[in-house]
Amino acid sequence: MIVRIMGEGQAKLADSHIAELNKLDDELLAEMETGDEEGFRRTLGALLDAVRRLGEPLPDDSLEPSELILPSPDATLEEVRAMLSDDGLIPG
Amino acid sequence: MSGVMKRMGMIFRAKANKALDRAEDPRETLDYSYQKQLELLQKVRRGVADVATSRKRLELQLNQLQGQSSKLEDQGRKALALGREDLAREALSRRAALQQQVTDLETQHQTLQGEEEKLTLAAQRLQAKVDAFRTKKETIKATYTAAQAQTRIGEAFSGISEEMGDVGMAIQRAEDKTAQLQARAGAIDELLASGALDDSSGLAKDDIQSELDRLSGGTDVELELQRMKQELAGGSSASQQAIEGGQGQQPQQAQPTDTPRFDKQ
Repeated sequence: MIVRIMGEGQAKLADSHIAELNKLDDELLAEMETGDEEGFRRTLGALLDAVRRLGEPLPDDSLEPSELILPSPDATLEEVRAMLSDDGLIPG
Repeated sequence: MSGVMKRMGMIFRAKANKALDRAEDPRETLDYSYQKQLELLQKVRRGVADVATSRKRLELQLNQLQGQSSKLEDQGRKALALGREDLAREALSRRAALQQQVTDLETQHQTLQGEEEKLTLAAQRLQAKVDAFRTKKETIKATYTAAQAQTRIGEAFSGISEEMGDVGMAIQRAEDKTAQLQARAGAIDELLASGALDDSSGLAKDDIQSELDRLSGGTDVELELQRMKQELAGGSSASQQAIEGGQGQQPQQAQPTDTPRFDKQ
């Protein structure tokens, strides 16, 4: 499974790691929905670290579609919320 | 999975044609692919150069062997002239061995030459392909840039169209109001005519005036009837005249109807 961290690059992850990431990911979603900025920061950091730790970075010149996408490390809760809104990343 | 990762991934895919993630810019992809093709072309060209070098080395070797061969032939001839048949035989047998080598090398030379021609052709064909790709790539990049601009225009326009929507609503409201007023005016007219509503402007007539109007209207009708009867009685000659006059004018009248028909043909 290929995961992209926005603004950083792609990493190839074994499917066996997905369950572990998924837990953090669901946590992140919950924190985003409740507006827990502090928790959001902490979980996002943990999730990105896990992807970097468990995944094998893909070279910059490889061109594979990402199956999962994570916001950039400096993304705020509001930005991520905006990205996930019905309008998507780009309105229209 | 319904977390942030998956949802962002889905949104990205849904908006793939609009999402301008810098790392997945198709223009970069095209440039990268072009770079790869250039590298391949470089490899083929290097192959051509290698084969050509081997061919030249063989040619040098061949020249050397042929030189030796003719030298042995001379030596054989001299030995024979001096009456040394044994020496002459030795020289000629060595020359025969060299000649075998020359034949082998010539075969190799031919093979290499064929290889070189094939590679040169391949390099030329690849060059043409790479050139074509470069043109196409630039076209696609230009199209992509235009599409990007169009997306921005589209966004700006959707903002405008919202305002236009507001204007449209205002017009709709104005139209509704007008229709309502017209309906109301119509209803008032009807009510006034029926006498259910009193016209405060004084233009409406009271019932006595209405009766008088009706009566005088009636005399008008009688007068009109009288006039028509008179026309019918003494007007038969007048109508005859009208028909005759019409007949006399017919050719002239026919012309204008004919002309447009002419145009159609």
